[in-house]
Order: sequence, then C-alpha cells, then structure tokens
Amino acid sequence: MKRRKFDVAAVPARSAGALDDRFQAATPLRKLLNKVFPDHWSFLLGEIALFSFIVLILTGVFLTFFFEPAMTEVIYNGSYAPLRGTPMSAAYASSLNLSFDVRGGLIMRQMHHWAALLFMASIVVHMLRVFFTGAFRKPRETNWIIGSLLFWVGFLAGFTGYSLPDDGLSGTGLRIASGIMLSIPVIGSWVTSSIFGGEFPGTIIISRFFIAHVLLIPGLLVALISVHLGLVFKQKHTQWPGPGRTNENVVGERMFPRYALKQGGFFMVVFGVIALMGGLFQINPIWYFGPYEAWVVSAASQPDWYVMFLDGSTRLMPAWEINIPIGDGYVIPPLFWPTVVLPGILVGLSLLYPFLEARRLKDYRHHNLLQRPRDVPARTAAGAMAVAFFIVLTLSGGNDVIADKFHISLNAMTWAGRIGLLILPPLAYYFTYRICLGLQQHDREVLAHGVETGIIKRLPDGRFVEVHQPLSEADHDGHGALDYVGWVVPKKMNRLGALGPAIRGFFYPIEKPAEAPVSPGHPPVETRPEREEITSGESRR
Amino acid sequence: MTSDNDRRRGLLARLRGRPVARSRGRRRLGAAVRLAAALMLAGGAYTLFAPGVQAQENPPLSAAANEGKALFDVSCVTCHGRNAQGVAERGPSLIGVGSASVEFQVSSGRMPMARQEAQAPRKKPQFTDEQVRQLGQYIQELGGGPQVPQGNLREGADLATGGELFRINCSQCHAFSAGGGALSSGKYAPSLYPATDRQIYAAMLSGPQNMPVFGDNQISPQEKADIIAYIQENLKDTQDQGGFNLGRYGPSTEGLAAFLVGIVALVFTSLWIAGKS
Repeated sequence: MKRRKFDVAAVPARSAGALDDRFQAATPLRKLLNKVFPDHWSFLLGEIALFSFIVLILTGVFLTFFFEPAMTEVIYNGSYAPLRGTPMSAAYASSLNLSFDVRGGLIMRQMHHWAALLFMASIVVHMLRVFFTGAFRKPRETNWIIGSLLFWVGFLAGFTGYSLPDDGLSGTGLRIASGIMLSIPVIGSWVTSSIFGGEFPGTIIISRFFIAHVLLIPGLLVALISVHLGLVFKQKHTQWPGPGRTNENVVGERMFPRYALKQGGFFMVVFGVIALMGGLFQINPIWYFGPYEAWVVSAASQPDWYVMFLDGSTRLMPAWEINIPIGDGYVIPPLFWPTVVLPGILVGLSLLYPFLEARRLKDYRHHNLLQRPRDVPARTAAGAMAVAFFIVLTLSGGNDVIADKFHISLNAMTWAGRIGLLILPPLAYYFTYRICLGLQQHDREVLAHGVETGIIKRLPDGRFVEVHQPLSEADHDGHGALDYVGWVVPKKMNRLGALGPAIRGFFYPIEKPAEAPVSPGHPPVETRPEREEITSGESRR
Repeated sequence: MTSDNDRRRGLLARLRGRPVARSRGRRRLGAAVRLAAALMLAGGAYTLFAPGVQAQENPPLSAAANEGKALFDVSCVTCHGRNAQGVAERGPSLIGVGSASVEFQVSSGRMPMARQEAQAPRKKPQFTDEQVRQLGQYIQELGGGPQVPQGNLREGADLATGGELFRINCSQCHAFSAGGGALSSGKYAPSLYPATDRQIYAAMLSGPQNMPVFGDNQISPQEKADIIAYIQENLKDTQDQGGFNLGRYGPSTEGLAAFLVGIVALVFTSLWIAGKS
C-alpha cells in the first residue's frame, strides 16, 4: 500500500486556508493581527487588572459549585473541630466546608480573594499611570470615565463578595453598610429595609448579595471591560513622544505574534503570582471569626483595603450631629458625611476630571502623545494631593492595628489622621510642584550645557571647572541647540551614544540594538564630531 | 479657751463638793482599792474584747507568707504601701485582690512596674515561681480574694464552647486571633500568645488593668477551662490552615501584602516583559 506523504509543516497553512474558505476570516484577522501596540512597561499595568479578573472568574465559578447562599440555620458538623456543633447559617457552613472539606477549596478561596485585592490594586495603579501621563485627555475621556466606573463597580463586587461567607467579619461589614444606608436623609430607612428585606440582618441579604456578586456585578464588569478594551482598539493606545513618534502615528509591535505572545506570558505570570499568594499567604481566615452574631464584634475588624478609606473617614469624622426641628425632630447623623457625601464627591471629581482640566487649560485638541509627569506640574501635584488624601484615610482605617502594634495611643492616631488629612495633601501638592519644576529645570540645563562628566579640571589660573559633554554643537553662547521633546534627557555619560549603549542585564533589551536607536532614551547621534577623549587635563604619555 | 477651762474646773469642783478631812491611812487604803478595782476592770475588759481584735488585725503569717512579706517590703512597698494598703497616685490597695491577681501581675513580669504609664506591659518576670507563690500567699493571707485553683485548668474542655465564649467575651478587645488590640489613650488588650493557662485564668478572675472581671458567676470554672483550651490549643498551637498568617491582623496586612508582594512582583514583571522588545 502506498502511504500518502504527510507534510507536517504544511498543516497550519492548509488548515488556515480551509478555515478562510469557509469563514472569510483572513481580511478582518489580518487587520487585527497587524494592529500595532506601543511598548512601555507602564502600559502593562491595566493588563494586570484584566488578567486578575480572568482568574477571579475561573476561581469564582469553582466556588459557586460548593457555596450555598442561604441564611437557614444549620448545625455545623464538618471537619473543623472548634466549630462543630455550633449553630450557623448555611452560607457560613458551606464556606467552612469549602475551606476544609472540598479538595483544593481553600486555595481556590484564597486565590479568589487575593485576585480580588490585586484586581483593585492594579486598577488603582493603572489609573495613576493614566492620570499622571495625561492619557485621559481628548479623545479618551470616555475610557477614563469607564475606568473610574470599573473601580467603583469593582468596589461593589468586592464588598458583596466578602459579605457572602457570613462570618463574624463580613456580618460586621454588613452592619456598617446598613448603618451607612440608614444615615441617608429621607430615603435611608426605605433603602435599608428594601435591601435587607426588613430589619438588619433579615434572612434574605446573603441570597441577594450572591446573585449580585455572581451575575449582576460581573456582568456589568465584563460589559465595561469590553467597552474599555474596544475603545483602546478603536482610539489606539497612547504612546510616549520620541523619534519617529508623532501625534498621528503609533510606533510599536504588531499584535501577532510578539505582542500576543508577551501578553500570554504575562497572563501566566499574573496567574502564577496569584496562585503563589493563594497557596502561601492566608487570607480572611473565616473560621477564626465564627458565625456572624450581632453581639460578636472582634477587634481589628477592617474592610478590605479598597474600602478602608471609608472606614478611615468614618473614624476621623467628629461626632457632629445635625438636628433639624421639623415635626418630631429630624437628625442627620455624622456618619452621612464621610460615607455617603465623601464617596459621592470622589466619584464626581474622578469622572469629571478630564473635562475640568480641558476647561481650565482651554485645551480641546486631540492628544495621542503622553506627557511626562514633570512637564505638567499642576496635574502631577493635584494627583499627589489625591494620593496623600487617600493614604491618610486608608491608614486611619487601620489606625487601631497601627496603634496597637507600634505602641501609639489610639487617640493620638485619630488626631494625627484628622490633622494629617487637612495638612498633608496641600504639602504634597506644594512639594510635588517644586520637584516637578526642579526636574524640568535640570532637563533644560543638561540640554543646554551637556552631561556632567564627573571630571574636574584645574585651569592654569587655579580655578576648578567641571567638564561637561555637550549633547550637540554649541552655538556662539556656548549653549546647545537641542530642544526638549518631552522625553528622557540623558543625564549620565554611559547613557550617551558616544560611549556605546549601556546594555545591562535583566530589565533591558538583551539583543544588540539595531542601527536605529532602540528607544528614545538613546537619542540619534548624527554627524558625530571627531571623537576626542575627555581627559582630566593631565597627559598620560 | 481659758474661760472654758475655768468653767470646767469650777464644774468639777462643784461636783466633788467641799473636801472632807480624812485620816491619812483611810485615804491611802481608799486609793489602793480604787486602783485595784480599775486594774480589775481594765484587765477584765481586755480579756473580754482583746483576743477577737487581735485575730482580725494581726494573725500569725504562714512561713510562705512571711517570705512573701519580706519580698513585698523590698519590691512592692514603694507603690503599694506598708501592709499593701496602697499609696495615693502611685499604686492601688492590694487588700482583697487575692493571690490570683498577684500571680497574674508578677508572673507575667507586669509587676513590679518599670515606670508609671498607661498600662504595665508584659516583660521578663522579676521573681521565680516560688517567690510569686510566696508573694501571693502574703497578699492572700492579708486580705483574702480570688485564687487560681490547682491542677489542670483545661480539664474536660470543649473547644467549640470555648470558641463561642471567646468570640463573645474576649474578641472585642483581644481580637479574633487573640493577637491583641488597641484601647483608648495608649491602653491596649495584650496578645494572649505568651500567656500561660494559669495567667489566663488569673486574668479572668482578677480583671487586671482595663480588663473586666469574669467571676465564677459570669463564666463558670468549666467555661473558663473551655476558653483557655480554645486560646491555647486552637489559636496558639494550631498551625494556620491557609499558609503564612501575615500576623493575623485582619485585612490591614492583607492589603499591605497585596501591594508589597503582588503589585511589586507584577510591576517588575511588566518591566521585564516590556524590556524584551
């Protein structure tokens, strides 16, 4: 029998051809696969959030197979001895079973929780990158708004998620949430009783939060993430200024194969880091907190980090109660201001920021090139102010733990938070602004006078001068003619093309740079003047 | 003043009446009889009342208590005063605190205090177990009070009951993990990890520093045994099921770890990946 020759190398092309015959996918795919993405490490921060979200969905689906979202009372009889025989809700009992009796359940639960913390953390880090580089400017305001919404929807996802196990900690969080809802004037009590199905805690809240947590909120997140990524495709990614990069083009790598491969690898690393954390670090040990009972509130009951700023604002708020003498008297509790009004203002400010800045600068043009933070001191300083505000509130959210472990009076911590909240943001603004101006000035100085060589020369008359390596030919004033282009100015001799590119290990390209400059960090060296060794003035013959 | 004295002298003189002349022998005899009668009365009254009074105020101390008193007079008397009745602004009276309190404070090194501050911290004990027992014996014999029973303090303990009682009564201040927590103005509920069974029992009985007393009427000795077993066997000796516990400080350190470990690792990864162009 004659065996047909089977050419392995031809398989991909043949099968792709067969597919294209049937689905006519080549034309749209070619466009997609040739899409160019600019490359910079800071553009990958948003991907961490995307990949954590994928891990969240994978682990979350596993958890739903074993979790029972019901508040019916059961007697625990699983393998965790110190709770055996304790009456508890079915939700808590199934969470315990998930942790102790389901194979691999605990690491799945812990990975899910760590992925949630990383999801929120990378959203914030990504948001800071977008803010400080001005990537939110026209035409990308919509994507900025979607990104901000993603934070707040993620916030809700996290809160509904860590409320589900119905342990002591999550019940305490729910109690606080019900208190916050109750503090809203006029509609508060209606909102609370409709969400909890009556008085707190009721018997329905876990089931409601469950469906919100596994269907409504993830659905919303998927929708927002899809639009977010779709807009990045449509509007193209921003890029740093540099040689060959303009406001009208995108310089980078094609989607396929390099970008896709790198992203695939990055997903593996994110998955690996989350799995490592889930396996190595214990998170939310629900078995220590016990079933939720209204009279059990442990010390150090904190929310997860992305909610902690609200806990902090509540702790710092003075007990200012507003009494309105209408009818039987009406009270606006102090809780209303730090937990309803403050987040309201924060949401509004974050959503509107692109428009506020455009209006202030009267800048309505398209911007596809990023700005270095130092070049826009006012924005950078405002961002630093916001970060300082958030950090003070977050630290205040854990101020009892800080007070206890660092042996500081809790009262002192509270007052430090109150004063710090008012004083530190303006200080952060001022210092950031000054630092930005200083960095700008240094860039201009290097462009004008050259790079410091570290060589001190003594002149015949006894004076000492430092030798500078000019970056370009000097004009009659002895000043260089290079303009600042919004990108890194070399400040060290081994960053200059003159001494050969400094190729160091790990974080830098291993391949030998091509003829063209690899990155804007190495400016093109044109019409190189006769190379002359810079000496210390001493002859070495 | 002087007019008062004059008036009194006048009154006495009137009561006595005019002095009657008597023979010298009769006067002496009368004086002797009166003296004898007065002595009889005084002696009788003494024999009637004195023994009871003496038993309340000055019982013979046991040998151990005498040793304890010697230690007390050297190390504790500055703040707690002679006979442990306390010194204002310095140290409270120890009458009636019982040996439980002494055992807790001294065996955990809290007493003697290094300085006056919000709360005495745990430190290396200054006395041996034997000396602690002697001091406790002295305070016990001085004024009575609660005592820690001898023997195994976790006899027949039930972990689940202990856990429930711990969460209801202890976790507000000592936290779910017994790792301790902050109270107001520099005071704190200490970590229970270094505490022994007897110290936990003594603390519940005596309510040291800011801790309320959990007497046997509130938490029975059996329930105390349950709580001690839960703290020692479940919180202290059991390995954490989920891996490294990050200090068991709750979500604060978890958030910190998410940034310091997770975000740092992933940002370095993105630097690495982006560099591979």
